[in-house]
Amino acid sequence: MSLEFSADAQKKIAALCERYPTKQPVVMAALHLAQKEHGHLSDDALKLVARTLDLPYAHVYGVATFYTMYRREPAGKTTIRMCTNISCMLRNGYEVLAAFEQKLGIKKGDSTTDGRFHLVEEECIAACANAPCAVVGTKYYLDITTEQVGKIIDELKTSPHPESEVV
Amino acid sequence: MATADRNTKLVSARFGNEGAKSLATYESMGGYAVLRKALAMRPEDIATEVKTSNLRGRGGAGFATGVKWGFVPKDAKTVHLVCNADESEPGTCKDRELIYWDPHLLIEGMIISAHALRAQKNYIYIRGEMMREYAVLQKAVEEAYARGYLGKNILGTGITCDLTVHRGAGAYICGEETALLNSLEGLRGQPRLKPPFPAVKGAFGNPTIVNNVETLMNVPFIVDKGGAWFAGLGPGRSGGTRMLCVSGHVNKPGVFELPMTITFRQLIDEVCGGVWKGRKVKAVIPGGVSMPPLDNSDELDVPIEFDALQTDERIKPVMVRPGQQFDLGGGRMLRTMAGSGGVVVMDDQTDIPKATWRIMKFFAHESCGQCTPCREGTGWLEKVSRRVAEGNGKPDDLDLLASIAHGIAGNTICALGDAAAWPMLGFLTKFRADFEAKIKRRAA
Repeated sequence: MSLEFSADAQKKIAALCERYPTKQPVVMAALHLAQKEHGHLSDDALKLVARTLDLPYAHVYGVATFYTMYRREPAGKTTIRMCTNISCMLRNGYEVLAAFEQKLGIKKGDSTTDGRFHLVEEECIAACANAPCAVVGTKYYLDITTEQVGKIIDELKTSPHPESEVV
Repeated sequence: MATADRNTKLVSARFGNEGAKSLATYESMGGYAVLRKALAMRPEDIATEVKTSNLRGRGGAGFATGVKWGFVPKDAKTVHLVCNADESEPGTCKDRELIYWDPHLLIEGMIISAHALRAQKNYIYIRGEMMREYAVLQKAVEEAYARGYLGKNILGTGITCDLTVHRGAGAYICGEETALLNSLEGLRGQPRLKPPFPAVKGAFGNPTIVNNVETLMNVPFIVDKGGAWFAGLGPGRSGGTRMLCVSGHVNKPGVFELPMTITFRQLIDEVCGGVWKGRKVKAVIPGGVSMPPLDNSDELDVPIEFDALQTDERIKPVMVRPGQQFDLGGGRMLRTMAGSGGVVVMDDQTDIPKATWRIMKFFAHESCGQCTPCREGTGWLEKVSRRVAEGNGKPDDLDLLASIAHGIAGNTICALGDAAAWPMLGFLTKFRADFEAKIKRRAA
């Protein structure tokens, strides 16, 4: 099925094309937009980006598969990026990750069956002074304890902070 | 000339002030006044002040900013300035805070620097995961355009300065400046061979200067008060203050702007309230996980300054194996480096082999796959260090780890390979007994 961008996304892409000497750099933003509007980067979504920017499909595929935030598969609406890198590990980051897994009933990398949550073991998110920490869209959770995990999930159910909110 | 003390705050002066990220408040506090002064100066005079200031790159390498700027060919027609806001070196959390609290100071620093470099089309490459900071920065850029600080004929001077925020999408390697440039051009973020260096051939084939967030935020102070004043704030060849991020086992972790004369021991005990739970220090990562660690000896009495960490003889050199020093090239020994300012403190109950494994896991995950020694080697380091950490190590594993690390270092296009090899060798050098104990326990 052939996909399209919304009028708003088309406008954003056209404006960004004015900012660079060629259209190619806009592939990064166009992939973020395609993921926002179509949920994940299916083959058809990659074709849409390629067609919009006059780029070879293989180029778009190459970019989409290099960066970890681009998803080739569907995922839950709210992405919880829990850091377990050194500073978080030293302050129980792995235990907090395990608490998220238990609370959500999934393993890291997976999404809940109700389509609400996607749990990612993230590398350092640059909030080390408040380890262990997680980032959910524009919201940071700092100095997390395992006891707080249930409350965090409840809060995100009413205020989901999808990553697409800033795209 | 007054040196900086612990109350000297330049780039972090507005931390905690939620309103300061709006243009109106920033202007009411004197913001963009230095820009007006700078636009009346000749570009080469600004560059001279920056050279005099001894400002050194705050991203990790500590290279003199003024010298870097000087590498742009004099007859260059199109030059770009790119801000590296891809902060992702584990243990480092200053640029994210700097952008959040004071986005206009970064923008002002960029416009001034762009004028000094005669750069018209400029970019901020911000890490994809920093969604809150992207929103803050994008809003600030739009405010600056609306006010005439950005765009064509800024403040009626005839100077053009465009600024575009370019979002990454998850890749540590894009903090390496040539990988960043490839990502900016819409390519996979794989580092480029150097030379040519970006200052000669960077973004879109044009001379390009890539500077860190904190580096660029210091430029307005240099233009305002003079390069000599800024140089005087710091010791030796390191001008200004330094943002230090302290994490791990201390009572009061945090992000602090401090003079570069402070030692690790003072930082831990006097600024961060000491080691938690009444314990002692075991190890300290001095500036992001790429840097070889320090142990609890007089190594911690060395000031957190670029040159001291490379040359102070109190810091023991990194060894390939007992009796053989690691050679940085030309017989130069490796002690450690100031890196990104990310100080990670580990207490005396820390499982050092496990901590080392976590660092190796990171580099194995983040290797871009371009160079065989790094792609394969970081994976092997992760596997072997994991089995050692889990108590399943073989008697030869420590030699194997050292041999793999030594085989990566210096043999790759970019520094990610070294960034994995250095801490591996550094932890083995200073905490060998901790690794041996794990292996002996299995044998027993």
